[in-house]
Amino acid sequence: MGSARNGHAYSGIPRWLYVPAAVGALFVLLPLAAMLAKVNWAQFIPLVTSAASLDALGLSLRTSAASTALCLVFGVPLAMVLARRPFRGQRLFRAFVLLPLVLPPVVGGIALLYTFGRQGLLGKGLEVAGLQIAFSTTAVVLAQTFVALPFLVVSLEGALRTAGKRYEAVAATLGASPATVLRRVTLPLVLPGLASGAVLSFARSLGEFGATLTFAGSLQGVTRTLPLEIYLQRESDADAAVALSLLLVAVAVAVVGLSYRKQQVSA
Amino acid sequence: MSFTMSARVDGRLDAALTVAPGETVAVFGPNGAGKSTLLAVAAGLLRPDAGSARLGDRQLFATGDGGRQHRVPPHWFPPHRRGVALLAQEALLFPHLSVLDNVAFAPRSGGKSRAESRKAARHWLGEVDALELAERRPAQLSGGQAQRVAVARALAAEPELLLLDEPMAALDIHAAPQLRRVLKRVLAGRSAVIVTHDVLDALMLADRVVVLERGRVSEEGPVREVLGRPRSAFAAGLAGLNLMTGTVTAAGLLAAGGQLVTGTPDGEAAAGEPGVAAFPPSAVSVFLELPHGSPRNCFPVTVTELEPHAGRIRVRAGELSADITPAASAELGLEPGMRVFFVVKSAEVQVYGA
Repeated sequence: MGSARNGHAYSGIPRWLYVPAAVGALFVLLPLAAMLAKVNWAQFIPLVTSAASLDALGLSLRTSAASTALCLVFGVPLAMVLARRPFRGQRLFRAFVLLPLVLPPVVGGIALLYTFGRQGLLGKGLEVAGLQIAFSTTAVVLAQTFVALPFLVVSLEGALRTAGKRYEAVAATLGASPATVLRRVTLPLVLPGLASGAVLSFARSLGEFGATLTFAGSLQGVTRTLPLEIYLQRESDADAAVALSLLLVAVAVAVVGLSYRKQQVSA
Repeated sequence: MSFTMSARVDGRLDAALTVAPGETVAVFGPNGAGKSTLLAVAAGLLRPDAGSARLGDRQLFATGDGGRQHRVPPHWFPPHRRGVALLAQEALLFPHLSVLDNVAFAPRSGGKSRAESRKAARHWLGEVDALELAERRPAQLSGGQAQRVAVARALAAEPELLLLDEPMAALDIHAAPQLRRVLKRVLAGRSAVIVTHDVLDALMLADRVVVLERGRVSEEGPVREVLGRPRSAFAAGLAGLNLMTGTVTAAGLLAAGGQLVTGTPDGEAAAGEPGVAAFPPSAVSVFLELPHGSPRNCFPVTVTELEPHAGRIRVRAGELSADITPAASAELGLEPGMRVFFVVKSAEVQVYGA
């Protein structure tokens, strides 16, 4: 609360509110602690450095990085259009773009299968061209992009709306072309929003399970990402599943922690 | 560079504006009169429903037939290709750039090298007495400093037309005079339009005044002309004069309300033409009863407001006002709602054509 340093500023929080707040915090922290308690520390290193584990971790990091890049490539323009250019049906359009946020991932996986699968809408044409997407590493990246894209669009659109158009208008009257305005004014102004959007997308990609399993399958080294590996190990080797879960938590905490600190510095 | 524009934005603006080469035009008008809309159209930030504009020998925009069917003009220069810089009420310095790089923004966007741009930026910062701020961040500047830097940034774009939208409005009373001095220096010999509420801006900065009311130009002319002989109620308010409109007669003016105002018509106003009668509040005396004798005008009025005004009391009665001493006001026992007579000598009333 920092009240000792800053004096007792009025917080406006009723006392009883701390009780449900504490319960909520426990609800998040307790399962993590429970998992931590189950870790077999003696076997931890061998468990997380097995060939299957390392394959899964490497694949997860590579595909998540790729899908975050795709989210940036398509999400930044999408957010720009949504935030800056009102058009008819925009609300509906936005609702559909954000649909993967609320869609069960397995449904997303099925939808992707009917788009890029061998008998899918685009898949048939791609098959003729010699490209097979479903059940490949590409499919993993597509599944992750599908579920993670809305995170980037939502946070960037919010940042763009907060920043407003006025700086861009000034830049234009100073002779800057739209491309220059985007590069030298718009993107630098929303950099914190862009960074947090990218981090959220990366984290969401890292945890992707349902859509990946449905659309990409579970083939070691090709499509079996860390969450899939954990689910598989849970059946046969609970210790391995717990160890890998801890690894995933550590990676997620590291990513979020790093970006949070970077944002504080930039702000 | 001369600038001519005529533009219509449905429901907001229907006006023409001309700026001669090197001329500064002050645009006055009540809130919501369309002043900012006028500037936004000139800068290219708002597409008008109809109209056209030229800057020098370049056509900035033009609607084909001025017709209502064309919502998108067939010819339209985007803001960055106009050579028209806009300075707003707020400085809007880019928060992620240093002061120097803010001012260097336009030259850099125009294709100059980083070193050249910064050199130009230093020159323009010097012009607005802000060179010592070069390394600061915008967040470290006061309002007046930020606005001077914004002036330098706009000038660094070397605009052919500079638009200023109430640049002093957000500044405190100490910062405004300094910025006004800077503007007086840098606007000399430049084509510029300044939207303002302050008559001092017109006197110090402008060659010509345009009064905009409800989206239309109600009056325009040289500063001295408009402030000396206002024809619109708004301009009279700026000039601090009482104004009555009506028809010119041999002896003065037949006011719109039927009242005969005796005064001194100038040679140009012929009887029967529309005209106005103007007189300063300081020439008005206040009486409780109808006075007799001498060629004077008496207006029965109801006092609406009393307010202090430069060491005197301004007695407002609807459209008219009188300045009297506090002692006189106390002696008369004036208060809002009282019925009194405003009396002004004929010699103090100027009558001229509207």
